[in-house]
Amino acid sequence: MGNVWTLARRELGNYFFSPIAYLVAFFFLIFTGVFFVFYGPRLEAGMEATLAPLFAFMVIVLTLFVPPLTMRLLSDEYRSGTIEMLMTAPVTDVEVVLGKFLGALLYYVALLVPTVAYLFILELYADPDYGPILAGYLGLLLIGGLYISVGTFFSALSRYQIVAAVASIVVLFLFAYIIGQASMEASGSLRVFLQTLSIEGHYRDFARGVLDTSHIVYFLSGTLFFLFLSIKVVESRKWW
Amino acid sequence: MIQAKNLTKWYGATLAVDHVSFHIEKGQIVGFLGPNGAGKTTTIRMLTCYMPASSGSASVAGFDCFNDSLAVRRQIGYLPESVPLYSEMRVREYLAFRARLRKIPRSERSSAVGRAADLCGVDAFVNRPIGQLSKGMRQRVGLAEALMHNPPVLVLDEPTIGLDPTQIRDVRTLIRRLAESHTIMFSSHILPEVEAICERIIIIAGGRIVASGSPAELTERITAGSRLIAEVQGPKDQVVGAVEQMTGVSKVASQPSDGWNRLTIEVVKGQDVRQELAKLVTHHGWALRELRREVASLEDFFVQITAEQHLRRES
Repeated sequence: MGNVWTLARRELGNYFFSPIAYLVAFFFLIFTGVFFVFYGPRLEAGMEATLAPLFAFMVIVLTLFVPPLTMRLLSDEYRSGTIEMLMTAPVTDVEVVLGKFLGALLYYVALLVPTVAYLFILELYADPDYGPILAGYLGLLLIGGLYISVGTFFSALSRYQIVAAVASIVVLFLFAYIIGQASMEASGSLRVFLQTLSIEGHYRDFARGVLDTSHIVYFLSGTLFFLFLSIKVVESRKWW
Repeated sequence: MIQAKNLTKWYGATLAVDHVSFHIEKGQIVGFLGPNGAGKTTTIRMLTCYMPASSGSASVAGFDCFNDSLAVRRQIGYLPESVPLYSEMRVREYLAFRARLRKIPRSERSSAVGRAADLCGVDAFVNRPIGQLSKGMRQRVGLAEALMHNPPVLVLDEPTIGLDPTQIRDVRTLIRRLAESHTIMFSSHILPEVEAICERIIIIAGGRIVASGSPAELTERITAGSRLIAEVQGPKDQVVGAVEQMTGVSKVASQPSDGWNRLTIEVVKGQDVRQELAKLVTHHGWALRELRREVASLEDFFVQITAEQHLRRES
């Protein structure tokens, strides 16, 4: 695990040299800030002091903001040739993928930290219930992990960052929104199947403050599945 | 220390390395020579566990490259040809990062980085971002990284490419010094460099090993029938005719040179006709202003052997 942490630290450090990471952070905070002000909790007597609308909004917003953070994770290593230095060091393919994933996840968490300011604002004007808020943040962490693992997978597949980013956005948007919408039109077992696949369907309860083990398992297994695929791609690219 | 047995690599339908076998003893410094596209880098990449072979086997320091690749990677310091480095990192930061991946204990990390930086002349720019370094500086950073964990085996792919003459001399001196305690395999297409540094040379062309031996052994092979150069003044036809009839001479060619006949004389292996030739010239009353044996260089051998390989492939 030592190598995973070493690689994650380098990856995290690299974000602070990347203009794209700063742009993502800037627009992410603008988006969430504007949403909080105009569509967030109404701080009036009798209204609920909650971040639930903001959390619900995140499922779509993150499909646009996570791929630019993950697109260069492995594709840049392949494009620049630094993968050769990495793969000839005593590091396993699993450690490389996990290190990249963890580095991106840490940056994502750093991105969420400023949103805690909304909590202080709620605290100033109301008496928020912290249970649903913590559940919402747990949901954000799980959804972030899934999105980053999907981004890592596409980054491992292509040496072109833009291809990795677009592919990730398309797939994430499909699972986060389109499949959820399609499930409403469907009926019977197809409806159940689509609802099972839909990210939004599983995330909705977190946004409402409900913790359901099946949703946690969904996000964790999805994350592990895409990390597994990423490792297999990294392994198989040695044969290309 | 390094062993390859029938190492073969296919890229789709293209055969890049074709049943390559060789053995490098502990403490040897071996040059891996070949024209561009000969399969040098592919062979090196298989030995350093960057890519698997299509067939065959290889081992480094007793560890199998395909079944025990992590152990092999711990034994090797590797400098790839293009020296890919993280351009956003500073040199010291990069070396420290690699030292952590190499599992150099925390207490020794700083001294290992400092020692490698000092050895490769990197200490002057150790705090600069790698992205701002020249090709030669990057090459030295790559070399420092390869040496940092003091591995028993060093694999250097074109280590002097992009360096200025002073840096090239420094790197050659460093390689010679390292050869005292390391097994070194290094590829190059700069023949005098290989001749100057290596005790053994492996030549690869068209994915196959076409020759192997010490520089002296290899040049000996091309001097199988030696060649003399002589400049004689006299009637051309008579001079050429007389020399052609000498025992041990297989072929004579003449070119005019400022009123002299410049003779290129092919001599049968094991024969030395210089003394007889001098007597012949004196006997006929001609003049002789030059008589020397042409020594074949490694370059001649390289050109000949790779051309033969090319012709074989064409046919």
